[in-house]
Amino acid sequence: MIAQLRYYIDLITVLTQKELKARYKNSFLGYLWSIANPLAFAGVLYIAFKVIIKIPMEEYPLFVITGLFPWQWFSNSVSSSSVVFLRNTTIIKKVNFTRNFLPLSVVINDLLHFVFSVPIIMLLLIYYKKPLTPALLYGLPLLFSIQLFILYGFCLALSSLTLFFRDLERLALIFIMLLFYFTPIAYSEQMIPEGYRHLIYLNPAALVIINWRHLFLDGTLVPGYLFASFMYGLLSWLVGEWIYKKLSWKFAEIV
Amino acid sequence: MNEPVIMFDRVGKTYPLYHHIVGGFKHFIFNLPEAIRLLKNAKYEALKEISFEVARGETLGVIGRNGAGKSTTLGLISGVLRPTCGRIMVKGKILPLLDLGAGFHPDLTGRENIILNAVLLGHTRKNIYKKMDEIIEFASVGDFLEEPVRVYSGGMTARLGFAVVACLEPEILLIDEVLGVGDIDFRKKCFDKMLAFKKSGVTIVFVSHILEDIAKICDRVLWVENHSVKMIGPTKDVLEAYQRTSEKPAKIH
Repeated sequence: MIAQLRYYIDLITVLTQKELKARYKNSFLGYLWSIANPLAFAGVLYIAFKVIIKIPMEEYPLFVITGLFPWQWFSNSVSSSSVVFLRNTTIIKKVNFTRNFLPLSVVINDLLHFVFSVPIIMLLLIYYKKPLTPALLYGLPLLFSIQLFILYGFCLALSSLTLFFRDLERLALIFIMLLFYFTPIAYSEQMIPEGYRHLIYLNPAALVIINWRHLFLDGTLVPGYLFASFMYGLLSWLVGEWIYKKLSWKFAEIV
Repeated sequence: MNEPVIMFDRVGKTYPLYHHIVGGFKHFIFNLPEAIRLLKNAKYEALKEISFEVARGETLGVIGRNGAGKSTTLGLISGVLRPTCGRIMVKGKILPLLDLGAGFHPDLTGRENIILNAVLLGHTRKNIYKKMDEIIEFASVGDFLEEPVRVYSGGMTARLGFAVVACLEPEILLIDEVLGVGDIDFRKKCFDKMLAFKKSGVTIVFVSHILEDIAKICDRVLWVENHSVKMIGPTKDVLEAYQRTSEKPAKIH
Protein backbone atom coordinates (compact mmCIF):
# COMPACT_ATOMS: atom_id res chain seq x y z
CA MET A 1 0.00 0.00 0.00
CA ILE A 2 2.67 2.49 1.03
CA ALA A 3 4.98 1.17 -1.67
CA GLN A 4 2.20 1.76 -4.19
CA LEU A 5 1.66 5.30 -2.93
CA ARG A 6 5.37 6.02 -3.12
CA TYR A 7 5.40 4.73 -6.68
CA TYR A 8 2.48 6.99 -7.63
CA ILE A 9 4.26 9.98 -6.17
CA ASP A 10 7.36 9.09 -8.16
CA LEU A 11 5.36 8.67 -11.35
CA ILE A 12 3.66 12.05 -10.98
CA THR A 13 6.94 13.73 -10.09
CA VAL A 14 8.79 12.29 -13.04
CA LEU A 15 6.01 13.07 -15.51
CA THR A 16 5.69 16.62 -14.21
CA GLN A 17 9.45 17.12 -14.36
CA LYS A 18 9.38 15.89 -17.92
CA GLU A 19 6.80 18.50 -18.91
CA LEU A 20 8.65 21.20 -17.04
CA LYS A 21 12.08 20.39 -18.41
CA ALA A 22 10.87 19.83 -21.92
CA ARG A 23 9.21 23.23 -21.91
CA TYR A 24 12.28 25.19 -20.90
CA LYS A 25 15.10 23.06 -22.22
CA ASN A 26 15.98 25.39 -25.05
CA SER A 27 15.38 28.79 -23.53
CA PHE A 28 17.75 31.01 -21.57
CA LEU A 29 15.11 32.80 -19.59
CA GLY A 30 13.36 29.60 -18.57
CA TYR A 31 10.76 30.21 -15.95
CA LEU A 32 10.64 33.95 -16.63
CA TRP A 33 8.69 33.14 -19.77
CA SER A 34 5.87 31.72 -17.71
CA ILE A 35 5.50 35.13 -16.08
CA ALA A 36 6.29 37.18 -19.17
CA ASN A 37 3.30 35.79 -20.98
CA PRO A 38 0.57 36.78 -18.48
CA LEU A 39 2.36 40.06 -17.76
CA ALA A 40 2.28 41.00 -21.43
CA PHE A 41 -1.35 39.97 -21.58
CA ALA A 42 -2.08 42.11 -18.52
CA GLY A 43 -0.36 45.03 -20.24
CA VAL A 44 -2.62 44.67 -23.27
CA LEU A 45 -5.72 44.48 -21.07
CA TYR A 46 -4.56 47.59 -19.22
CA ILE A 47 -4.22 49.54 -22.45
CA ALA A 48 -7.49 48.25 -23.88
CA PHE A 49 -9.70 48.61 -20.82
CA LYS A 50 -8.08 51.31 -18.71
CA VAL A 51 -6.45 53.62 -21.23
CA ILE A 52 -8.90 53.27 -24.12
CA ILE A 53 -12.25 52.20 -22.66
CA LYS A 54 -11.48 53.98 -19.35
CA ILE A 55 -13.02 51.40 -17.07
CA PRO A 56 -13.87 53.20 -13.79
CA MET A 57 -11.65 51.28 -11.42
CA GLU A 58 -8.79 52.10 -9.07
CA GLU A 59 -5.59 50.09 -9.14
CA TYR A 60 -6.52 48.35 -12.36
CA PRO A 61 -3.13 46.58 -12.92
CA LEU A 62 -3.41 44.82 -9.57
CA PHE A 63 -7.04 44.00 -10.28
CA VAL A 64 -6.26 42.44 -13.65
CA ILE A 65 -3.29 40.44 -12.50
CA THR A 66 -5.05 38.85 -9.52
CA GLY A 67 -7.59 37.49 -11.99
CA LEU A 68 -5.31 36.80 -14.89
CA PHE A 69 -2.67 34.69 -13.16
CA PRO A 70 -5.09 32.01 -11.91
CA TRP A 71 -6.83 32.20 -15.28
CA GLN A 72 -3.55 31.29 -16.99
CA TRP A 73 -3.57 28.08 -15.01
CA PHE A 74 -7.05 27.29 -16.39
CA SER A 75 -6.28 28.14 -19.98
CA ASN A 76 -2.81 26.57 -20.17
CA SER A 77 -3.98 23.32 -18.62
CA VAL A 78 -6.96 22.95 -20.91
CA SER A 79 -5.07 23.80 -24.08
CA SER A 80 -2.09 21.55 -23.39
CA SER A 81 -3.92 18.62 -21.82
CA SER A 82 -6.22 18.01 -24.78
CA VAL A 83 -3.34 16.49 -26.72
CA VAL A 84 -1.39 14.91 -23.86
CA PHE A 85 -2.43 11.36 -24.73
CA LEU A 86 -1.86 11.97 -28.42
CA ARG A 87 1.69 13.10 -27.72
CA ASN A 88 2.46 9.99 -25.68
CA THR A 89 1.07 7.32 -27.95
CA THR A 90 4.23 5.23 -28.06
CA ILE A 91 4.26 4.55 -24.33
CA ILE A 92 0.49 4.14 -24.15
CA LYS A 93 0.74 1.38 -26.72
CA LYS A 94 3.45 -0.52 -24.89
CA VAL A 95 3.24 0.06 -21.16
CA ASN A 96 0.31 -0.44 -18.89
CA PHE A 97 0.93 2.42 -16.47
CA THR A 98 -1.44 4.76 -14.62
CA ARG A 99 -2.23 6.82 -17.65
CA ASN A 100 -4.55 9.32 -15.99
CA PHE A 101 -1.37 10.75 -14.45
CA LEU A 102 -0.45 12.21 -17.83
CA PRO A 103 -3.17 14.90 -17.78
CA LEU A 104 -2.64 15.25 -14.04
CA SER A 105 1.03 16.06 -14.62
CA VAL A 106 0.02 18.74 -17.13
CA VAL A 107 -2.34 20.34 -14.61
CA ILE A 108 0.26 20.17 -11.83
CA ASN A 109 2.84 21.65 -14.13
CA ASP A 110 0.64 24.70 -14.73
CA LEU A 111 -0.20 24.82 -11.03
CA LEU A 112 3.52 25.17 -10.33
CA HIS A 113 3.75 28.05 -12.77
CA PHE A 114 0.94 29.77 -10.94
CA VAL A 115 2.64 29.11 -7.59
CA PHE A 116 5.80 30.72 -8.91
CA SER A 117 3.82 33.75 -10.03
CA VAL A 118 2.17 34.29 -6.63
CA PRO A 119 5.24 36.23 -5.37
CA ILE A 120 4.66 38.73 -8.20
CA ILE A 121 1.14 39.28 -6.91
CA MET A 122 2.53 39.71 -3.39
CA LEU A 123 5.03 42.30 -4.63
CA LEU A 124 2.23 44.21 -6.34
CA LEU A 125 0.15 44.06 -3.16
CA ILE A 126 3.03 45.57 -1.23
CA TYR A 127 3.57 48.17 -3.94
CA TYR A 128 -0.08 49.24 -3.68
CA LYS A 129 0.23 49.20 0.12
CA LYS A 130 -2.30 46.42 0.58
CA PRO A 131 -1.98 44.25 3.68
CA LEU A 132 -1.03 40.59 3.32
CA THR A 133 -3.91 39.10 5.28
CA PRO A 134 -3.79 35.92 7.37
CA ALA A 135 -6.72 34.65 5.27
CA LEU A 136 -4.08 33.73 2.69
CA LEU A 137 -2.92 30.94 4.99
CA TYR A 138 -6.11 28.92 4.55
CA GLY A 139 -7.42 30.60 1.41
CA LEU A 140 -4.48 29.65 -0.78
CA PRO A 141 -4.51 25.89 -0.12
CA LEU A 142 -8.30 25.84 -0.33
CA LEU A 143 -8.53 27.55 -3.70
CA PHE A 144 -5.52 25.65 -5.01
CA SER A 145 -7.15 22.31 -4.27
CA ILE A 146 -10.57 23.31 -5.62
CA GLN A 147 -9.10 24.54 -8.88
CA LEU A 148 -6.88 21.46 -9.09
CA PHE A 149 -9.87 19.14 -8.84
CA ILE A 150 -11.93 21.11 -11.35
CA LEU A 151 -9.08 21.12 -13.84
CA TYR A 152 -7.95 17.54 -13.30
CA GLY A 153 -11.41 16.10 -13.94
CA PHE A 154 -12.08 18.33 -16.90
CA CYS A 155 -8.67 17.75 -18.49
CA LEU A 156 -8.87 14.00 -17.91
CA ALA A 157 -12.19 13.83 -19.73
CA LEU A 158 -10.99 16.18 -22.46
CA SER A 159 -7.74 14.34 -23.12
CA SER A 160 -9.50 10.95 -23.18
CA LEU A 161 -12.20 12.14 -25.56
CA THR A 162 -9.71 13.89 -27.83
CA LEU A 163 -8.24 10.50 -28.72
CA PHE A 164 -11.59 9.58 -30.22
CA PHE A 165 -12.63 12.98 -31.56
CA ARG A 166 -9.53 14.86 -32.70
CA ASP A 167 -11.66 17.94 -33.40
CA LEU A 168 -11.88 18.52 -29.67
CA GLU A 169 -8.35 19.88 -29.71
CA ARG A 170 -9.56 22.83 -31.83
CA LEU A 171 -12.85 23.14 -29.99
CA ALA A 172 -11.03 23.35 -26.66
CA LEU A 173 -9.04 26.34 -27.88
CA ILE A 174 -12.18 28.16 -29.02
CA PHE A 175 -13.94 27.23 -25.79
CA ILE A 176 -11.17 28.61 -23.63
CA MET A 177 -11.04 31.85 -25.64
CA LEU A 178 -14.77 32.40 -25.26
CA LEU A 179 -14.67 31.48 -21.60
CA PHE A 180 -12.08 34.19 -21.01
CA TYR A 181 -14.59 36.88 -21.97
CA PHE A 182 -17.41 35.28 -20.00
CA THR A 183 -15.28 35.22 -16.88
CA PRO A 184 -14.84 38.38 -14.81
CA ILE A 185 -11.11 38.84 -15.38
CA ALA A 186 -10.78 42.13 -17.21
CA TYR A 187 -13.95 43.40 -15.53
CA SER A 188 -15.44 42.83 -12.09
CA GLU A 189 -18.47 40.74 -11.26
CA GLN A 190 -20.34 43.85 -10.08
CA MET A 191 -20.28 45.15 -13.66
CA ILE A 192 -22.38 42.22 -14.84
CA PRO A 193 -25.99 43.45 -15.10
CA GLU A 194 -28.05 42.36 -12.10
CA GLY A 195 -30.34 40.13 -14.17
CA TYR A 196 -27.45 38.05 -15.51
CA ARG A 197 -25.27 37.88 -12.42
CA HIS A 198 -26.65 34.53 -11.24
CA LEU A 199 -25.22 33.03 -14.43
CA ILE A 200 -21.84 33.14 -12.69
CA TYR A 201 -22.93 29.93 -10.99
CA LEU A 202 -22.80 28.19 -14.36
CA ASN A 203 -19.14 29.06 -14.86
CA PRO A 204 -16.78 27.26 -12.46
CA ALA A 205 -13.82 29.31 -13.69
CA ALA A 206 -15.61 32.51 -12.73
CA LEU A 207 -16.50 31.17 -9.27
CA VAL A 208 -12.88 30.35 -8.53
CA ILE A 209 -11.37 33.48 -10.03
CA ILE A 210 -13.69 35.82 -8.16
CA ASN A 211 -12.59 34.14 -4.97
CA TRP A 212 -8.90 34.35 -5.88
CA ARG A 213 -9.32 38.07 -6.44
CA HIS A 214 -11.21 38.66 -3.20
CA LEU A 215 -8.63 36.63 -1.32
CA PHE A 216 -5.71 38.65 -2.65
CA LEU A 217 -7.34 42.09 -2.58
CA ASP A 218 -9.23 42.07 0.71
CA GLY A 219 -8.59 38.74 2.39
CA THR A 220 -12.13 37.43 2.10
CA LEU A 221 -13.82 34.54 0.33
CA VAL A 222 -17.37 34.50 -1.03
CA PRO A 223 -18.93 31.48 0.73
CA GLY A 224 -21.63 30.85 -1.88
CA TYR A 225 -19.14 30.84 -4.73
CA LEU A 226 -16.69 28.81 -2.69
CA PHE A 227 -19.23 26.09 -2.00
CA ALA A 228 -20.43 26.02 -5.61
CA SER A 229 -16.89 25.73 -6.94
CA PHE A 230 -16.17 22.97 -4.45
CA MET A 231 -19.16 21.04 -5.78
CA TYR A 232 -17.93 21.64 -9.33
CA GLY A 233 -14.55 20.24 -8.32
CA LEU A 234 -16.13 17.11 -6.94
CA LEU A 235 -18.40 16.70 -9.94
CA SER A 236 -15.62 17.33 -12.44
CA TRP A 237 -13.35 14.82 -10.73
CA LEU A 238 -16.01 12.09 -10.62
CA VAL A 239 -17.20 12.61 -14.19
CA GLY A 240 -13.61 12.81 -15.48
CA GLU A 241 -12.64 9.56 -13.78
CA TRP A 242 -15.80 7.89 -15.05
CA ILE A 243 -15.17 8.90 -18.67
CA TYR A 244 -11.54 7.87 -18.36
CA LYS A 245 -12.50 4.46 -16.92
CA LYS A 246 -14.97 3.89 -19.74
CA LEU A 247 -12.50 4.77 -22.47
CA SER A 248 -9.00 4.01 -21.16
CA TRP A 249 -8.89 0.36 -22.11
CA LYS A 250 -9.49 1.37 -25.71
CA PHE A 251 -6.57 3.84 -25.78
CA ALA A 252 -4.02 1.33 -27.05
CA GLU A 253 -6.36 0.23 -29.83
CA ILE A 254 -6.97 3.64 -31.21
CA VAL A 255 -3.64 5.43 -31.07
CA MET B 1 7.07 -28.44 -16.94
CA ASN B 2 6.74 -25.59 -14.46
CA GLU B 3 3.44 -23.94 -13.59
CA PRO B 4 2.12 -21.65 -16.32
CA VAL B 5 2.66 -17.91 -15.78
CA ILE B 6 0.88 -16.85 -18.94
CA MET B 7 -2.30 -18.56 -19.98
CA PHE B 8 -4.58 -17.70 -22.90
CA ASP B 9 -7.91 -19.52 -22.87
CA ARG B 10 -9.80 -19.14 -26.15
CA VAL B 11 -8.89 -15.48 -26.37
CA GLY B 12 -10.34 -13.42 -29.16
CA LYS B 13 -9.75 -9.79 -30.01
CA THR B 14 -11.69 -7.67 -32.43
CA TYR B 15 -11.03 -4.04 -33.11
CA PRO B 16 -13.86 -1.74 -34.00
CA LEU B 17 -12.82 0.29 -37.03
CA TYR B 18 -12.55 3.62 -35.31
CA HIS B 19 -11.83 5.67 -38.40
CA HIS B 20 -15.57 6.15 -38.68
CA ILE B 21 -15.36 8.64 -35.87
CA VAL B 22 -11.77 9.79 -35.72
CA GLY B 23 -11.64 13.25 -37.24
CA GLY B 24 -15.31 13.26 -37.99
CA PHE B 25 -16.99 14.83 -35.03
CA LYS B 26 -19.55 16.62 -37.18
CA HIS B 27 -20.37 13.51 -39.13
CA PHE B 28 -20.71 11.55 -35.92
CA ILE B 29 -23.11 14.01 -34.33
CA PHE B 30 -25.32 14.59 -37.34
CA ASN B 31 -25.58 10.92 -38.25
CA LEU B 32 -25.69 9.60 -34.73
CA PRO B 33 -27.87 6.47 -35.15
CA GLU B 34 -26.09 5.46 -38.31
CA ALA B 35 -22.68 6.21 -36.86
CA ILE B 36 -23.36 4.05 -33.85
CA ARG B 37 -24.64 1.20 -35.99
CA LEU B 38 -21.53 1.43 -38.17
CA LEU B 39 -19.34 1.42 -35.09
CA LYS B 40 -20.98 -1.70 -33.80
CA ASN B 41 -20.72 -3.60 -37.05
CA ALA B 42 -17.41 -2.49 -38.50
CA LYS B 43 -14.98 -4.85 -36.85
CA TYR B 44 -11.62 -6.23 -37.58
CA GLU B 45 -10.83 -9.60 -36.13
CA ALA B 46 -7.21 -9.56 -35.01
CA LEU B 47 -7.24 -12.82 -33.03
CA LYS B 48 -9.68 -15.71 -33.12
CA GLU B 49 -9.97 -17.95 -30.09
CA ILE B 50 -6.32 -18.57 -29.44
CA SER B 51 -5.17 -20.71 -26.53
CA PHE B 52 -1.66 -21.34 -25.28
CA GLU B 53 0.37 -21.44 -22.11
CA VAL B 54 3.84 -20.28 -21.19
CA ALA B 55 5.51 -21.96 -18.25
CA ARG B 56 7.68 -20.17 -15.72
CA GLY B 57 11.22 -19.81 -17.04
CA GLU B 58 10.28 -20.78 -20.55
CA THR B 59 11.24 -18.81 -23.64
CA LEU B 60 8.48 -18.72 -26.20
CA GLY B 61 9.13 -17.46 -29.71
CA VAL B 62 6.27 -15.94 -31.67
CA ILE B 63 6.46 -15.99 -35.44
CA GLY B 64 4.06 -15.23 -38.25
CA ARG B 65 3.62 -12.94 -41.18
CA ASN B 66 2.98 -9.23 -40.89
CA GLY B 67 -0.49 -8.54 -39.59
CA ALA B 68 -1.02 -12.07 -38.33
CA GLY B 69 -1.69 -10.90 -34.77
CA LYS B 70 1.69 -11.11 -33.06
CA SER B 71 1.75 -7.60 -31.66
CA THR B 72 -1.85 -7.90 -30.54
CA THR B 73 -0.84 -11.01 -28.59
CA LEU B 74 1.93 -9.09 -26.85
CA GLY B 75 -0.43 -6.20 -26.17
CA LEU B 76 -2.86 -8.58 -24.52
CA ILE B 77 -0.13 -10.11 -22.36
CA SER B 78 1.13 -6.72 -21.20
CA GLY B 79 -2.41 -5.62 -20.42
CA VAL B 80 -2.61 -2.53 -22.61
CA LEU B 81 -5.29 -4.33 -24.63
CA ARG B 82 -8.33 -6.06 -23.27
CA PRO B 83 -9.59 -9.28 -24.90
CA THR B 84 -13.01 -9.26 -26.55
CA CYS B 85 -13.68 -12.79 -25.40
CA GLY B 86 -11.86 -15.54 -23.55
CA ARG B 87 -9.68 -15.41 -20.46
CA ILE B 88 -6.10 -14.30 -19.93
CA MET B 89 -4.06 -15.06 -16.85
CA VAL B 90 -0.66 -13.48 -16.28
CA LYS B 91 1.38 -13.96 -13.11
CA GLY B 92 4.38 -11.79 -12.31
CA LYS B 93 5.96 -8.46 -13.09
CA ILE B 94 5.88 -7.79 -16.82
CA LEU B 95 8.55 -5.77 -18.53
CA PRO B 96 7.85 -4.84 -22.13
CA LEU B 97 10.91 -3.96 -24.14
CA LEU B 98 9.79 -0.73 -25.81
CA ASP B 99 10.65 -0.05 -29.42
CA LEU B 100 14.05 0.85 -28.20
CA GLY B 101 13.96 4.44 -27.12
CA ALA B 102 10.41 5.07 -28.26
CA GLY B 103 9.42 6.14 -24.77
CA PHE B 104 12.22 8.68 -24.59
CA HIS B 105 11.66 12.38 -24.63
CA PRO B 106 14.06 13.99 -27.12
CA ASP B 107 14.68 17.09 -25.01
CA LEU B 108 15.62 15.24 -21.83
CA THR B 109 19.15 14.01 -21.23
CA GLY B 110 20.10 10.36 -21.30
CA ARG B 111 20.12 10.20 -17.53
CA GLU B 112 16.72 11.88 -17.20
CA ASN B 113 15.29 9.53 -19.78
CA ILE B 114 16.60 6.50 -17.92
CA ILE B 115 14.66 7.63 -14.86
CA LEU B 116 11.54 8.52 -16.83
CA ASN B 117 11.51 5.22 -18.66
CA ALA B 118 12.18 3.09 -15.60
CA VAL B 119 9.44 4.82 -13.59
CA LEU B 120 6.98 4.30 -16.44
CA LEU B 121 7.96 0.65 -16.39
CA GLY B 122 6.87 0.45 -12.77
CA HIS B 123 9.95 1.16 -10.67
CA THR B 124 10.44 3.68 -7.91
CA ARG B 125 13.16 6.29 -8.23
CA LYS B 126 14.98 4.88 -5.22
CA ASN B 127 15.23 1.55 -6.95
CA ILE B 128 16.54 3.19 -10.11
CA TYR B 129 19.23 5.21 -8.36
CA LYS B 130 20.57 1.93 -7.01
CA LYS B 131 20.77 0.51 -10.51
CA MET B 132 21.95 3.70 -12.19
CA ASP B 133 25.62 2.76 -12.47
CA GLU B 134 24.77 -0.62 -13.92
CA ILE B 135 22.43 0.93 -16.51
CA ILE B 136 24.98 3.58 -17.50
CA GLU B 137 27.67 0.94 -17.80
CA PHE B 138 25.48 -1.25 -20.01
CA ALA B 139 24.35 1.62 -22.24
CA SER B 140 27.95 2.85 -22.68
CA VAL B 141 27.01 6.13 -24.30
CA GLY B 142 29.96 7.89 -22.64
CA ASP B 143 29.77 11.66 -22.28
CA PHE B 144 26.49 11.74 -24.12
CA LEU B 145 24.74 10.70 -20.91
CA GLU B 146 24.22 14.36 -19.97
CA GLU B 147 23.22 15.41 -23.49
CA PRO B 148 19.62 15.52 -24.73
CA VAL B 149 18.59 12.31 -26.45
CA ARG B 150 17.75 14.13 -29.69
CA VAL B 151 21.47 14.41 -30.49
CA TYR B 152 21.97 10.65 -30.06
CA SER B 153 22.57 8.36 -32.98
CA GLY B 154 20.02 5.62 -33.57
CA GLY B 155 22.35 3.03 -32.13
CA MET B 156 22.97 5.03 -28.97
CA THR B 157 19.25 5.48 -28.36
CA ALA B 158 18.72 1.77 -28.79
CA ARG B 159 21.55 0.96 -26.35
CA LEU B 160 20.10 3.26 -23.74
CA GLY B 161 16.64 1.77 -24.22
CA PHE B 162 17.84 -1.77 -23.87
CA ALA B 163 20.06 -0.89 -20.91
CA VAL B 164 17.08 0.32 -18.88
CA VAL B 165 15.15 -2.88 -19.40
CA ALA B 166 18.20 -5.09 -19.05
CA CYS B 167 18.91 -3.84 -15.55
CA LEU B 168 15.40 -3.90 -14.10
CA GLU B 169 15.02 -7.59 -13.20
CA PRO B 170 11.77 -8.56 -14.91
CA GLU B 171 9.83 -11.73 -14.24
CA ILE B 172 8.25 -11.78 -17.66
CA LEU B 173 10.06 -10.09 -20.52
CA LEU B 174 8.21 -9.16 -23.72
CA ILE B 175 10.35 -8.44 -26.75
CA ASP B 176 8.80 -7.19 -29.98
CA GLU B 177 11.29 -7.42 -32.86
CA VAL B 178 13.46 -4.61 -31.66
CA LEU B 179 16.93 -6.02 -31.86
CA GLY B 180 17.30 -5.26 -35.56
CA VAL B 181 18.90 -1.91 -34.78
CA GLY B 182 22.40 -1.36 -33.51
CA ASP B 183 25.68 -2.81 -34.67
CA ILE B 184 26.85 -6.41 -34.39
CA ASP B 185 28.55 -5.88 -31.03
CA PHE B 186 25.43 -4.39 -29.53
CA ARG B 187 23.19 -7.10 -30.89
CA LYS B 188 25.49 -9.69 -29.43
CA LYS B 189 25.44 -7.89 -26.10
CA CYS B 190 21.63 -7.83 -26.11
CA PHE B 191 21.49 -11.44 -27.05
CA ASP B 192 23.90 -12.40 -24.28
CA LYS B 193 21.76 -10.48 -21.84
CA MET B 194 18.67 -12.34 -23.00
CA LEU B 195 20.49 -15.65 -22.55
CA ALA B 196 21.49 -14.52 -19.07
CA PHE B 197 17.85 -13.70 -18.29
CA LYS B 198 16.83 -17.09 -19.60
CA LYS B 199 19.40 -18.79 -17.41
CA SER B 200 18.23 -16.93 -14.33
CA GLY B 201 14.68 -18.15 -14.88
CA VAL B 202 12.99 -15.16 -16.51
CA THR B 203 10.03 -16.03 -18.70
CA ILE B 204 10.52 -14.52 -22.14
CA VAL B 205 8.10 -13.98 -24.99
CA PHE B 206 10.11 -13.12 -28.05
CA VAL B 207 8.57 -11.87 -31.30
CA SER B 208 10.93 -11.84 -34.23
CA HIS B 209 11.19 -12.34 -37.97
CA ILE B 210 14.79 -13.43 -37.68
CA LEU B 211 14.44 -17.19 -37.44
CA GLU B 212 18.10 -17.75 -36.46
CA ASP B 213 17.54 -15.68 -33.31
CA ILE B 214 14.42 -17.66 -32.51
CA ALA B 215 16.24 -20.94 -33.09
CA LYS B 216 19.07 -19.89 -30.81
CA ILE B 217 17.08 -18.89 -27.76
CA CYS B 218 13.53 -20.28 -27.76
CA ASP B 219 12.32 -23.48 -26.12
CA ARG B 220 9.02 -23.47 -27.94
CA VAL B 221 7.55 -21.49 -30.77
CA LEU B 222 4.05 -20.18 -31.35
CA TRP B 223 3.20 -19.72 -35.00
CA VAL B 224 0.38 -17.29 -35.55
CA GLU B 225 -1.25 -17.25 -38.92
CA ASN B 226 -4.49 -15.80 -40.14
CA HIS B 227 -5.28 -14.54 -36.62
CA SER B 228 -5.21 -17.97 -35.03
CA VAL B 229 -2.67 -20.47 -33.78
CA LYS B 230 -1.31 -22.38 -36.73
CA MET B 231 1.12 -24.44 -34.71
CA ILE B 232 2.77 -24.48 -31.30
CA GLY B 233 5.51 -26.81 -30.21
CA PRO B 234 9.25 -27.38 -29.94
CA THR B 235 11.30 -24.77 -31.78
CA LYS B 236 12.79 -27.11 -34.34
CA ASP B 237 9.50 -28.61 -35.51
CA VAL B 238 7.66 -25.31 -35.82
CA LEU B 239 10.48 -23.53 -37.61
CA GLU B 240 10.80 -26.37 -40.13
CA ALA B 241 7.09 -26.30 -40.87
CA TYR B 242 7.14 -22.51 -41.11
CA GLN B 243 10.04 -22.47 -43.52
CA ARG B 244 8.38 -25.07 -45.69
CA THR B 245 5.33 -22.85 -46.22
CA SER B 246 7.28 -19.70 -46.89
CA GLU B 247 9.45 -21.34 -49.52
CA LYS B 248 6.37 -22.32 -51.47
CA PRO B 249 5.05 -19.48 -53.61
CA ALA B 250 1.49 -18.47 -52.95
CA LYS B 251 -1.07 -20.57 -54.76
CA ILE B 252 -2.82 -18.90 -57.65
CA HIS B 253 -6.15 -20.33 -58.58
